[in-house]
Amino acid sequence: MTKDKITNDSFKTQEYFVNMGPQHPATHGVLRLILTIDGEIIKNIEPDLGYIHRSIEKMCERDSYQQIVHLTDRMDYLSSHINNHAVCLTVEKSLELEVTDRVKVIRTIIDELTRIASHTLWWGVMGMDVGALTTYFLAFRDREMINDIFEETCGARLTMNYNIPGGLMNDIHPNFIKRVKEFLVHFRKKLPEYDSLLTNNVIFQKRTKGVGILSYKDAISYGVSGPVARGSGYSSDVRKIHSYAAYDKVNFDEVLFTEGDTLSRYKVRIAEMWESMKIIEQLIDNIPEGDISVPTKAVIKLPKGEFYQKVETARGELGVYINSTGTKNPYRMKFRSPGLSNLNALNQMVVGGKIGDLVATMASLDIVVPDIDR
Amino acid sequence: MTNEELQNKIASINNSLEFTEEASEFLNITVNKDDLHKLCTDLKSDTDLSFDYLFCMTGIDYGKELGVIYHLESIKHRHQIVVKVKTEDRENPVLDSVTDVWKTAEFNEMEIFDFFGVKFNNHPNLKRLFLTPDWNGFPLRKDYVDVDNIVIK
Amino acid sequence: MIKTIHDWLFSVMPEWAASLTEMVLIAVFYLTLFAVIGLYLVLLERKVAAWFQMRKGPNRVGPWGLFQTMADALKLVTKELTGTTKADKFLYNLAPYFVIVTALVAMSVIPFTQSVQAFDINIGVFFLLAVSSIGVIGILLGGWSSNNKYSLIGAMRSGVQTISYELSVGLSLLTMVLLTGTLQLSEIIANQQEHGWLILQGHIPAIIAFMIFMIAGTAETNRAPFDLVEAESELGAGFHTEYSGMKFAYFFLAEFINMFIIASIAVTIFFGGWLSPFGITEGIIWLQPIWFTVKVVGIIFLMMWFRWTFPRLRIDQLLKLEWKYLLPLNLMNIVIMAIVIWLGWTI
Repeated sequence: MTKDKITNDSFKTQEYFVNMGPQHPATHGVLRLILTIDGEIIKNIEPDLGYIHRSIEKMCERDSYQQIVHLTDRMDYLSSHINNHAVCLTVEKSLELEVTDRVKVIRTIIDELTRIASHTLWWGVMGMDVGALTTYFLAFRDREMINDIFEETCGARLTMNYNIPGGLMNDIHPNFIKRVKEFLVHFRKKLPEYDSLLTNNVIFQKRTKGVGILSYKDAISYGVSGPVARGSGYSSDVRKIHSYAAYDKVNFDEVLFTEGDTLSRYKVRIAEMWESMKIIEQLIDNIPEGDISVPTKAVIKLPKGEFYQKVETARGELGVYINSTGTKNPYRMKFRSPGLSNLNALNQMVVGGKIGDLVATMASLDIVVPDIDR
Repeated sequence: MTNEELQNKIASINNSLEFTEEASEFLNITVNKDDLHKLCTDLKSDTDLSFDYLFCMTGIDYGKELGVIYHLESIKHRHQIVVKVKTEDRENPVLDSVTDVWKTAEFNEMEIFDFFGVKFNNHPNLKRLFLTPDWNGFPLRKDYVDVDNIVIK
Repeated sequence: MIKTIHDWLFSVMPEWAASLTEMVLIAVFYLTLFAVIGLYLVLLERKVAAWFQMRKGPNRVGPWGLFQTMADALKLVTKELTGTTKADKFLYNLAPYFVIVTALVAMSVIPFTQSVQAFDINIGVFFLLAVSSIGVIGILLGGWSSNNKYSLIGAMRSGVQTISYELSVGLSLLTMVLLTGTLQLSEIIANQQEHGWLILQGHIPAIIAFMIFMIAGTAETNRAPFDLVEAESELGAGFHTEYSGMKFAYFFLAEFINMFIIASIAVTIFFGGWLSPFGITEGIIWLQPIWFTVKVVGIIFLMMWFRWTFPRLRIDQLLKLEWKYLLPLNLMNIVIMAIVIWLGWTI
């Protein structure tokens, strides 16, 4: 080719598609993203969902309310107790059942332990996604203690099934209070390690600062919730706004960061672990005496009507919508999953960034795919 | 605002609405499907109402009709309402998309299309969200039959 | 000992046969060394990683898991070689050999002790740099011929990264060459035997050069925090996604051998190779390889420490670091070193 024949067309670049997932280390399970990439720069993201869809909503239409509680463990398996809690609260609300203070406090403590467990796992995975592999093991060291507490009291480590409509399955284990206190002492010492290993690392700061920005306005419009929303400065803590269980009795702050980037979402979660510890510390010594469950009928029939309850899971706002016709099964049951809305905003956050940015941003969204697919 | 004040305020915007509070903690508004998009825009843009957060969007099969339920909240005022819309056309149900009002509706509308077959006008990318594109029927409809996978007790 | 074998060989055989036998012996020796170093560095990495991560690491096969990597290697050797049908077969099969052979060639010029050096040429440093940059062609070939998008992205990243960091490795070594005035590795060590280790001789500019060399060297070997080529959370396994069995093992071993080579260069140029600190055991010949090994393992441990604590850089940050910070600093450092030598401020 002679020199004058070289035109712009000779150096034409082409966008190409890359399938990220469903088997990819950064997609945390079975999420599939169809990326349109120009070199290293991301032009478009199209999530392809449904690889772990189990039609929980359809199954709910067939099951009794006690059975539904156990199904919800399998949605967001990292905050399984909070999912149970949401369904129980909805059923109790519709039956106008007032649970005892003891139940409320125990539920709150376990909710917060679940949140810490979920956030520690997230922290480990976040580190792995940006390339620091050691974080995973530090996170599991601390998470293991919480899982042991759960195993003792609830009988399971991950899908606990501890809540039933009207209260709790069993009373807490005699060791529970001692173990939780031990954990708090341990974790107060270990949480600063998280900062010194990852948060204060220059490379980590460079990787996350100013990356994957979601503005305040977009955050509301995309309906994001949980730490993702609070990283954009949008106050969305259901525990504060529509308080449930024992959250109105405790003193804690809602963590807000206004930058809206990956680093601020990261910092929100780290700070939330401190807040969760604060909540547990206030409650652990003051578990009131009382019954652990209010007796319900063997077959729960909800009155005719529509019921809605939202709770704050580790990932954001989980809503439970029940449309009842007065039978023992719900007519329509819908779970408002936090992950679906958060994933919806991903395209907005990473288009124009590099592949590395996508991985870091996705890690900061803390996606649990079964929660999105349901 | 309390539900009563909300009702008065919203009625002043659009007087063809039907309000109920029966068996629900929220104020329920039933809107004609042609007025849906207009109402949603008004609910969001009105400064006293400013329903800027669509926190739940549910498809529902009433048997005769298909419906969509919008749960709305205002970040500023923290009041909540429920907007309901129904369509009797089960063969080719079409509603207006609200993705331009609340972006979060994008995936939710895809989900409702996936499970109920409700099509949304002006949706940027309407396709099945969870199920495969060649799936037959819409599983969350009450008349959905799947002899292989659903065991009827 | 080497001399005895040499003399004995030449006494019992005609000259041509003796040289041939000698060459074969050397080849066998180096190949064995290569395999042993590769395998035990893998084990060391796993042990170090386990130590950083509060685990025990391999401890089942043999005492302290010493035979673990042997078992792994056996598994890899006996494993079926799978590949893609759409791959460019010739290049796909060639790539692992490219990577492993260059690593082997580079090892030949490294002085393990005063007498154990296969190939003492007068352009030693230059030869090392030239050979070690050929390895990237193997990675590029592997990534390109696999017909896999992840591999291709990994290969392109590798090309960009190696071309950039090659400069820093070269320039930082050049700074030290200024001090010794020779490129021959045995002479560089002889110089250090006389005047003390180069890192002490050159003090401030030498320390800067060492730090740059470590950063660029880590990047050259594609290890964390510069492991964008593999970046398992972004690209699956990067350029070797489509390789299996022994072909994968070649890439894997080459990574560790390259790490050994970088550490050996650092030890030879900055820390006096097989010399003991301040000549405390100068007369004892059998301590020479031990001193060399101790220093190399120290540097390798440093590189492993990087890997198990740092997150990974992004591609644009990687290039920015090289072109905007390391390269100007390096050029400045050469000038400083020249001034230091001119004014006679060396120690």
